[in-house]
Amino acid sequence: MALGETPEVLVAQEVRKRYTKDGPWAVDGISLVLRRGEVVSIVGPNGAGKSTLIQMMLGLLVPDSGSIRIFGTEMATGRRKVAHRINYASTDLSLPYSLTVRENLTAYALIYNMSNIRERIERVLVALNLEPFRDVRVGRLSTGQVARMGIAKALINDPELLFLDEPTATLDPEVSAQLRATLQGMVRDRNMTLLYTSHNMREVERFSDRLYLMNRGRLVAEGTVPALMTRFDTEDLEALFLQMVQRERESDE
Amino acid sequence: MNSSRPAVPLLAWRPLAGILFRQIVLYRRSVPRWMEIFYWPLLDLLVWGFLTLYLKKIPSFMPSAVTSLLGALLLWDLLYRAQQGISVMFLEEIWSKNLIHLLIAPITPFHVVGGAVLSSIVKVLLSSSVAAFLAYFLFSFKIFSLGLHLFFFILALLMMGWALGILTTAVILRFGQEAEVLAWGVIFLFQPFSAVFNPVSVLPQVAADISRAVPASYVFEGMRSVLVQGRLPIGDLFMAFSLDFLYVGVALFVYSRVIARARQKGFHLKLGS
Repeated sequence: MALGETPEVLVAQEVRKRYTKDGPWAVDGISLVLRRGEVVSIVGPNGAGKSTLIQMMLGLLVPDSGSIRIFGTEMATGRRKVAHRINYASTDLSLPYSLTVRENLTAYALIYNMSNIRERIERVLVALNLEPFRDVRVGRLSTGQVARMGIAKALINDPELLFLDEPTATLDPEVSAQLRATLQGMVRDRNMTLLYTSHNMREVERFSDRLYLMNRGRLVAEGTVPALMTRFDTEDLEALFLQMVQRERESDE
Repeated sequence: MNSSRPAVPLLAWRPLAGILFRQIVLYRRSVPRWMEIFYWPLLDLLVWGFLTLYLKKIPSFMPSAVTSLLGALLLWDLLYRAQQGISVMFLEEIWSKNLIHLLIAPITPFHVVGGAVLSSIVKVLLSSSVAAFLAYFLFSFKIFSLGLHLFFFILALLMMGWALGILTTAVILRFGQEAEVLAWGVIFLFQPFSAVFNPVSVLPQVAADISRAVPASYVFEGMRSVLVQGRLPIGDLFMAFSLDFLYVGVALFVYSRVIARARQKGFHLKLGS
């Protein structure tokens, strides 16, 4: 941590966003904090506003009101000042299929203005068990290998804050477990902060230090998994998730 | 608050090299892409080359006017490739679901355009060199007989091509892939007013007036002047570059406005999905 930096990596305050003037709020007054070295999950049903929130955190979208600061920089206006310290992987995105794993990583190492590109690529390939595929075109990789390739791209700049949008959605349980272990190691060794979305509640239970539960653009609960389960008297996160969504639906009616 | 790692400088060379590297590797491996660079220019050259062979046999045709058709063809293709180089690169980023990766990287949308400009230069050089060689080999047409003027003609046409490419990119970004046909078609809107194969003087008044606002018309008039009369009207080049700077400025302004609007409305996030 540099002199003057606080442990808060990301601070969102009263963030609101909607896509049409009179439409519903996709994100409605969300405030949250991410601290250095923690794994935080955002969970919620489809349409809860998770993707919109992450896109604003990445600077892809500008909030209608409120503020998102990463490393103290307002993302709506200063994204480029901190973009080299963050990265993102999502199953919705891909990389050019006709380039090999190494070529794709080389391109992104250059785009992120990295030096020691060969060593950096080898390190990422080893971390994600992708060394045997370094010279294989992305189009010839399996779905799981493509997902790991996306994460390899997201690690190429040694991000201090990493956003992963459903990274294990296409992976089998064994590969998912390996990936979680790899990411946990990176969080521990590099003091990296990880913001994670998933529909796999068991994974979120095992993986997260804290979680935020979203529904209809709002945060409806926040805390550690054990604290939330005690507070809402549920046995697991899935039951908690269903209970919260049901409660919200009833209150709307 | 201090940052522990300095931001990527605005003029850093590596990000541009990264974008260019991806394009070069894409082309290195792909036979269809190589065909795109060489196939159409070759076919055009053959069709127009044979026509010039025929026209040269008609006594009333001036030989220099006939050969200028091939010069016009080579330069027109260069303009077309420059525009396509930008638009198609952008489309490739959409098709490969890679655009968002670029937009979250520590670069500006102008770096993406800069990378596209560099890759279009590489493609245009390759395509034009082969076409120029074949024009000489098959039809004895020497494009280099335009001398030093050729460099300025090429630069003026590249700038117009880039401006139209950036503008097309902005339209695709705003209206989605429904507008992608523009990447191949937009340049032909300008062809009738570019005086490619005919002088502006033969155009109807309205068309002639429009052509005065098209940089390419000054280039093609200048080219004919060099080939037929052996002199270059400097005023034509000045007008071509003045209009080029205006076109590029407008294109960059529209592109930046569309990017800003996209960050408000999110329409760029739906591209390719």
